[in-house]
Amino acid sequence: MTTAESSTDQRLLASMLRIRMVEQTIADRYSEQEMRCPVHLSIGQEAPAAAMSLVAEPADYAVSTHRGHAHYLAKGGDLSRMIAEIYGKVGGCSRGRGGSMHLADPSVGFMGTSAIVGNSIPVGVGLGMALQIKAQPNVSFVFLGDGATEEGVFYESANFAALRKLPVIFMCENNQYSVYSNLEERQPASRRIVEVARALGVPALEVDGNDARASHVTVANVVAQTRAGAGPALIEFETHRLREHCGPNWDDELGYRKPGELASWLKRDPIKALLDSGTFDPEWIESTTADIRTEIDAAFRFAKNSPYPDPAELAEDVYA
Amino acid sequence: MPESNDDRVLTFAAAINEATEQAMAADPTVLCIGLGATDPGGVFGTTKGLVEKFGSSRVFDGPTSENAMTGIAVGAALAGLKPVMTHQRLDFFLLAMDQLINSAAKWHYMFGGQFQVPLTIRLVIGRGWGQGPTHSQNLQAWFAHIPGLKVVVPSSPVDAKQLLLASIHDPNPVLFLEHRWLHNIADHVPVEATPAQLGKARLARIGDDLTIVASGYLTLEAIRAVDYLSTRGVACDVLDLRTLHPLDWPAVHASASKTGRLLVLDSGALTGSISGEIVARVASEQFSELRSPPRRLAQPDIPEPTSLGLIQGFHVRSQQIASEALDIMGLSLADVAEHLVAPEPADAPGDWFRGPF
Repeated sequence: MTTAESSTDQRLLASMLRIRMVEQTIADRYSEQEMRCPVHLSIGQEAPAAAMSLVAEPADYAVSTHRGHAHYLAKGGDLSRMIAEIYGKVGGCSRGRGGSMHLADPSVGFMGTSAIVGNSIPVGVGLGMALQIKAQPNVSFVFLGDGATEEGVFYESANFAALRKLPVIFMCENNQYSVYSNLEERQPASRRIVEVARALGVPALEVDGNDARASHVTVANVVAQTRAGAGPALIEFETHRLREHCGPNWDDELGYRKPGELASWLKRDPIKALLDSGTFDPEWIESTTADIRTEIDAAFRFAKNSPYPDPAELAEDVYA
Repeated sequence: MPESNDDRVLTFAAAINEATEQAMAADPTVLCIGLGATDPGGVFGTTKGLVEKFGSSRVFDGPTSENAMTGIAVGAALAGLKPVMTHQRLDFFLLAMDQLINSAAKWHYMFGGQFQVPLTIRLVIGRGWGQGPTHSQNLQAWFAHIPGLKVVVPSSPVDAKQLLLASIHDPNPVLFLEHRWLHNIADHVPVEATPAQLGKARLARIGDDLTIVASGYLTLEAIRAVDYLSTRGVACDVLDLRTLHPLDWPAVHASASKTGRLLVLDSGALTGSISGEIVARVASEQFSELRSPPRRLAQPDIPEPTSLGLIQGFHVRSQQIASEALDIMGLSLADVAEHLVAPEPADAPGDWFRGPF
């Protein structure tokens, strides 16, 4: 293994570990009843976000969905302000108005997440249109799930991105489920999301979304082409959320997954997969993990110590 | 001798065109987007010539994708552009409610004031000439109900120009509702690109007996009625709201306080209308100042049918307004029909309106 490869592996692993440990801590502390909003965890789906984190520049844009913690962090969003937002505190990244489902950090180009399936897709395309009109050499990442590809707005947005050759990367995390409904119940078996995108004029690639290296190579190549003017692209990451749709727990007892499905995905845990296939210095892992733990503890302290917004602020910012 | 600014006459449509052109010339971030924006017709003439002046990256036709295009405009606005979107009918825009309500109206507030959405959405509304159930809806009350949106309803060419400039300059999403029957009216319009102030009503007629609150096209019908009423010795305030959200409550309250009598006109269906809000606020805050119960004239709670046979009496017109006002004053309605002759056929603003849409 060359030094450069080792460095890339380390960066991917560190990014995924940070996201995992943050969300694990949210899950562990959720029962304290201080995080009073729905949380949709990305545990098991960290690789696409980590792949983007190695490629995105601060001036690139990104938007995401209700399951947006990983994307916010990977784009450079401030951890303390994210945790404070989930706690509904004034120090939160949306000053307590949005919670877990509405994260933003415009200082790093993270332009928002939405609780409505498919809602942020055209917003990300519009950001890409602005980049093109202003002749800025950046791209707009649009995170979406497989469920969102069933919304009309996905077709409309992809069509327009193709029509105007906009610098937009659709990052489709296909975790097979829209809440508890499997893809099999929602789309014909023969249909591939990548083929739908291609039919709309958006070049598309499939990649194992639990293989962080493969995800990174794919994102890096696609982004390089888009930066060079190739127009939009869609990357479909085959992946899986290991925890429940909404909340901190496991939910396999509900029986909506096929028997053995969760177990097979647990074996393909993206962090475990990278650890197993790479060579990592145990001391580096230990110090990296310790640094992340220190950062997380500080973030939760910040969140808990930040006051709630003053009720007098309620009516602020209805209008700009 | 060259025309002075004050003498120059423009149609309402030309005033919109001029406002857009001046805004685009002054600010390179202003865009003009919409199905038909570059058509030969140019959205009833309102977007004519813009693509030739500003090019296809700033002025463009688009896919028939109202929801995505609204979200795309929101994204462009977040990135510092000022899109002006057009829709040839309000009804088409109903496909875009997710992006209007969940994105445009929310992005500023729900992210703690970190973003601005300076987006102007022009919606053509209308009635009559067989527009029918899905080409005639006046849903301004829906939009005014959503916190975070502004709703503008011009009634004259000068207001069309100055309120559109204000809408484009405003850092918030603004719905700009143009009544189809106004596009061809002509009046004096200053050349200067001077924006009006959103949220300010205009007193179009002044009188002590009765307050008539109107907006958009109904302001014209109200003025016709009030000019007749003055011959009957009844002097009315006609308050043209110009903006439905924010609404100029001080102007409404002041006029109601002065006259003690209120008649509110509304081009939307009665139930849940802006007129209901106005009557409710005046009644609850100024009850003791009123000399008679407030009244409303609005559309019936019925989809607008197409047939000329079904449309008789469907729309609020000057004759109905004058009759209502005389009834409030306890006066005879005897010669109203004689002096305020309803247009014939009843489905057009006048015989100059020839369709087809």
